[in-house]
Amino acid sequence: MSSAPVGERPDRRGAVSAYFAPRRRTRLSLLLGLPMLWLVVVYLGAIAALMLSAFWSVDSFTENVVHTYSTANFHTVLTESIYRTVGVRTIVVALAVTVIDALIAFPMAFYMSVVASPRARRLLVVAVLTPLWASYLVKAYAWRTLLAPDGPLSWLTNGHTPGYGEAATVITLAYLWLPYMVIPVYAGFEKVPRSLFEASADLGGNAGRTIRSVILPLVFPAIAAGSIFTVSLTLGDYIAVSIVGGKTQLIANVISDQVTLNQPLAATVSLIPLIAIVLYLMAMRRTGALENV
Amino acid sequence: MKRSLRSLRKPAALLAAGALLAACASSGGGDSSKRKLPDVPMAKSVGAGEGELNIIVWAGYAEKDWVKPFEQQSGCKVNAKLGNTSDQMVSLMKSGQYDGVSASGDASLRLIYGGNVAPVNTKLVPNYATVSDFLKNGDWNSVDGKMYGIPHGWGANVLMWNPAKVSGELDSWGAVFDKSSQYAGKVTAYDSPIYIADAALYLMKTKPDLKIKDPYSLTEKQLDAAVSLLKEQNKNVSEYWADYTKEVQAFESGTSEVGTSWQVIANTINGGKKAKVKTALPKEGATGWSDTWMIAAKAKHPNCMYKWMDYIISPKANAQVAEFFGEAPSQTKACDMTSDKTFCDSYHALDADYAKQIHYWTTPQKQCVDGSGDNCTDYSTWVTKWQEVKG
Amino acid sequence: MFLSARTRLVLRVTTILGFAFLYVPLIIVVLNAFDESRTFAFPPSGFTTKWWHLALDNDGAREGLVNSVKAGLGATAIALLLGTMAAFAVQRYRFFGHSTVSFLVILPIALPGIVTGIALQNAFHSVLSIAPSIWTIIIGHATFCVVIVFNNVQARLRRSGSSLEQASADLGATGWQTFRYVKLPNLRGAFVAAALLAFGLSFDEIVVTNFTAPAAIQTLPLWIFGNLFRPNQAPIVNVVAAVLIVLAVVPVWLAQRLTEDAAGSRF
Repeated sequence: MSSAPVGERPDRRGAVSAYFAPRRRTRLSLLLGLPMLWLVVVYLGAIAALMLSAFWSVDSFTENVVHTYSTANFHTVLTESIYRTVGVRTIVVALAVTVIDALIAFPMAFYMSVVASPRARRLLVVAVLTPLWASYLVKAYAWRTLLAPDGPLSWLTNGHTPGYGEAATVITLAYLWLPYMVIPVYAGFEKVPRSLFEASADLGGNAGRTIRSVILPLVFPAIAAGSIFTVSLTLGDYIAVSIVGGKTQLIANVISDQVTLNQPLAATVSLIPLIAIVLYLMAMRRTGALENV
Repeated sequence: MKRSLRSLRKPAALLAAGALLAACASSGGGDSSKRKLPDVPMAKSVGAGEGELNIIVWAGYAEKDWVKPFEQQSGCKVNAKLGNTSDQMVSLMKSGQYDGVSASGDASLRLIYGGNVAPVNTKLVPNYATVSDFLKNGDWNSVDGKMYGIPHGWGANVLMWNPAKVSGELDSWGAVFDKSSQYAGKVTAYDSPIYIADAALYLMKTKPDLKIKDPYSLTEKQLDAAVSLLKEQNKNVSEYWADYTKEVQAFESGTSEVGTSWQVIANTINGGKKAKVKTALPKEGATGWSDTWMIAAKAKHPNCMYKWMDYIISPKANAQVAEFFGEAPSQTKACDMTSDKTFCDSYHALDADYAKQIHYWTTPQKQCVDGSGDNCTDYSTWVTKWQEVKG
Repeated sequence: MFLSARTRLVLRVTTILGFAFLYVPLIIVVLNAFDESRTFAFPPSGFTTKWWHLALDNDGAREGLVNSVKAGLGATAIALLLGTMAAFAVQRYRFFGHSTVSFLVILPIALPGIVTGIALQNAFHSVLSIAPSIWTIIIGHATFCVVIVFNNVQARLRRSGSSLEQASADLGATGWQTFRYVKLPNLRGAFVAAALLAFGLSFDEIVVTNFTAPAAIQTLPLWIFGNLFRPNQAPIVNVVAAVLIVLAVVPVWLAQRLTEDAAGSRF
């Protein structure tokens, strides 16, 4: 770069910036254009195409897709009780996993943020994030081993293990998604001014009162943010369930079983978790969770 | 106000464009007319190998022991994708990425009418001449006199149990159906809608007033009866298996103690050190499979596929795979090459009458597959019912 | 301090239990990597390192690793580009539709994986007739990795403010010069942290990958999926997993240091 002042040099460097400087909206469009093109055209477009295929059907013998519009799939999903049963079960599991993770994450994040020394803090955060790099499949399989009739839990408790089923599913999913809850809650705690603790104590509040009336309201958006992960990851999971769930089916299993041969019906069934998560996101938006993700 | 509407215009337009695009996209085949046989050309000759072969196989059909010699002879590197169920195999074939598949009877006709496979020019497959006659031109592998595949082998689904946990010699499917409560929480079943036929078979023998003549030709009433039986069974099920290694692991760890199985699974478990199992063909008979190698309609490596089809039914290779898996070989000359000289006898490989008794996997359709009318339930109904069974 | 000793004790104990919960299964994985028996009965029957030798030789595992790295790098690169652009747009400009953009960016990761998976598969196969390839995998991964970059860069931008950039422009620097000499050094930490997290997410992804991968290409998770229950392969899978766990500490630590305060480390 020459040392002469820019304005005196007859070069075209800066011409592009000069062109764009006053054209704020063009700059914005350029910046936003590519990401939005990707997200809206590629992603939302794919989702829209999927939803469109819900109106199609398959030839019952060859299982080739037939492009004739009908609402038969919607009728099937709304009337056959299996979809309702599995859908409700999945939502219940998602909520159970969320509650368990929130209960574990809250004190952990509290300790990490407020009580731990600054040096320990970074270590603990690393310790929370590291399990995410262990393969999700292997972790699920480790739980299969843990809960096996001849596994460690059975050995420890002399033969008592929940075995593979809904309970195992809830435990394993809660385990898998725990870091996704701890990190946002920890970030939430970081934002809580420390002076508030002292103020609360000065006003006569004990730990329980402080937590209930001061900390919880401030940290709640962060918990909500973490819950977005636990709910959406559970609604979309079919693999961990097949490893530890025994004969349990969640909605994603139903979808993945159907998509093999009846893609339009699978698309229709996938509206269930889709609508559920969109509703949940909209509800969480009000709590300010989206800024805490 | 104006700006917010503006910012919506672009995404809305793009969404509409995406939807239009999707509507205009053509699907493959898409013929809803009944039973129109797609016109797929048959190969006229087999040239030099293309160097690669992508096939979908049942577990145990493409093991190193006989694949390696093939690769050396033909120069075709084999990429074998395991299919867990016929449904999965049909779906994989539709993706167009594979050259061939070892299709069971409940996949073969779907593939033929879906235009996914080509008729096989049996003159180009020398070893076909000495394949068991009763496997040629069957209902499940040929249409209008045209052969659509090369028979591989056949066998029955067996009842398997862990003698350390289950006492006695089981001889009835009742052990996993109405008498399964004694093994509560330890029963396993095959995770595919085609398993409904197993329940129907049991009812065929134990509840004759239901008048079930063929386990794949079920009226709504008969289907409901089978589904109820399966829902009862579900209460005692530990896990359903599709991946055969999952069943191996389940028996070895004690999660499952009794259930339907394939001989190859029993062989694998007994070959390991963790558990021992026994198998039996129950007195009510069994469902089973008769597998056919089929070549994709638009195979990228057709020469390699023809070479493979000829190789896998050559006496030595067919003997190897049949013994490994535990099924009857299609190749008559294979019986001289099995390491166990009584193998073909114990599997009734050359016994056409015995072969007729197995109820091979077939795709249920509205027009009853046994020709008894057209009020039967079709496979998509079975799929929905199966999800109901699992609950 | 202002918290009673009892409260702190309760918190400490809960935290220890929480971390135990997190790490016991991982310890099992590492134990199994050394277990003599192929089928993980408990207690382990013997100590051996033979699985480690086998793992090194295993073609499938190696190919899986290579493919995962390729996909991860591609996805991370695209995500860095798109996420940064979107973050700048949202942080440095005022416009209506702010929250819509944030909402759209988070959708791919918020919507259930299976929906994203079958939507993309349908789009590639039926709508666009694109054959699956390493690129369809990359597109799938990039789509939900964008949000990670977006969040991290946005958080950094929010913290640093635009005054430095304005000062740079006042001093006569062109847009590119400002970006290169002022913004980039500022964001470097956020970039690396986001890149590491995005890479990690892509590396372990199985659900969407299951639907967008071609037959011939297996990423590491796909390979693991195919070998999980196999008696002969499962111990090798555990070796691979154990290695991943141990190696993971490095990038995670790095990401933490670079974001200075851990609140900046966002998904």
